[in-house]
Amino acid sequence: MALCLTLVCLFCSAVLAGVYALTAEPIAEAERLAQENAIKAVLPEGGSLCDPAGVEVDGAILTYYRYAAGDSTIAYAVKASSIGFGGPLNVMVGVLPDGTVYNTTVLMPMSETPGLGAKCQNDEAFLSQFRGLSPLSVLKVRNDGGDIDAITASTITSRAYVKAVSQAVAAVKLLAAEPAADAAIDLNNEEVQQ
Amino acid sequence: MSKWSLISKGFFKENPTFVLVLGMCPTLATTTSAINGLEMGLATLFVLVLSNIVISLIAPVVPDKVHIPVYIVVIATFVTVLQFVMQAYTPDAYQTLGLFIPLIVVNCIVLGRAEAFASKNGVWDSALDGIGIGLGFTLSLTAIGIVREILGSGSVFGWKFLAGDGILAFVMAPGAFLVLGYMMVLFNKLAKK
Repeated sequence: MALCLTLVCLFCSAVLAGVYALTAEPIAEAERLAQENAIKAVLPEGGSLCDPAGVEVDGAILTYYRYAAGDSTIAYAVKASSIGFGGPLNVMVGVLPDGTVYNTTVLMPMSETPGLGAKCQNDEAFLSQFRGLSPLSVLKVRNDGGDIDAITASTITSRAYVKAVSQAVAAVKLLAAEPAADAAIDLNNEEVQQ
Repeated sequence: MSKWSLISKGFFKENPTFVLVLGMCPTLATTTSAINGLEMGLATLFVLVLSNIVISLIAPVVPDKVHIPVYIVVIATFVTVLQFVMQAYTPDAYQTLGLFIPLIVVNCIVLGRAEAFASKNGVWDSALDGIGIGLGFTLSLTAIGIVREILGSGSVFGWKFLAGDGILAFVMAPGAFLVLGYMMVLFNKLAKK
């Protein structure tokens, strides 16, 4: 009886180990591709990505990728996160060095309510507000006295999204103000906040 | 029982959703759109067919006292395999279904078929039974998903025919219960005739 259960468990573990070994690479590849596509989606064309680094904003360390052509920085892609309605909401934000937002996109996994908060993935009316958003605008939803119209019936998600974007903009302002070497934190030494 | 009726019973006589009323958790939670329902159904179908095949093969040699743990280990193995494969090749579907993929392990339909059918029947019949019940589950979930998506988002399989929002309640939990309830009534009324 115990022998039978042991054998079944052993055999199943072996099968799982095999499948894991086979799929580990495609899984890593799929994750890398998703990340890369998210970064590409929020940046203008014509540059190349530098390695990720960290920058501290309000006590949290954000990961960012400098996007440069030659020596001059075209933009930054900053991965910012805040708490949405259903859990953490991670947003990839492309910001020009002067603090203008280029584009934004939600990073998966996301657990906002389908049909409500989940619309932050594709609600044109909401997302288009961020494209070319001036660094002078107030990054809050309109209910809170800001310049962004929230998604209908999804104020909490919208608030989280806007907060993530404002963190990213703050990070870029910090990076642009100081020489990159001072603001940047070596990711290998510091634990990156996810 | 003829081979055909092994499959067709999953659609009507023993439809897991509308007649047996099993696996309600994924049914209510993942049918926010037609495509989500379809993906969840297919994921369950995959596990159901494979676990039915393996369990029908090992059932004669598994001692009675440990048969439930053995079946669960077999089912959990297939679910984990499915998880790896989905994560690698359909990352989008994996992200949407999220938690509900690992929860297939405790889906009553899968263990129910293992206990009630696969452990007492041959490999071939068990595979057909898995296909029948799995397809029945898939179709039911897709149907609920279609109705909820039409009413809740004004679209079908992501194709939007209505500008603006639908009736948002149908995308959320109360809508799931309402749609399921009314579709169950309709199904049973039609099935009786």
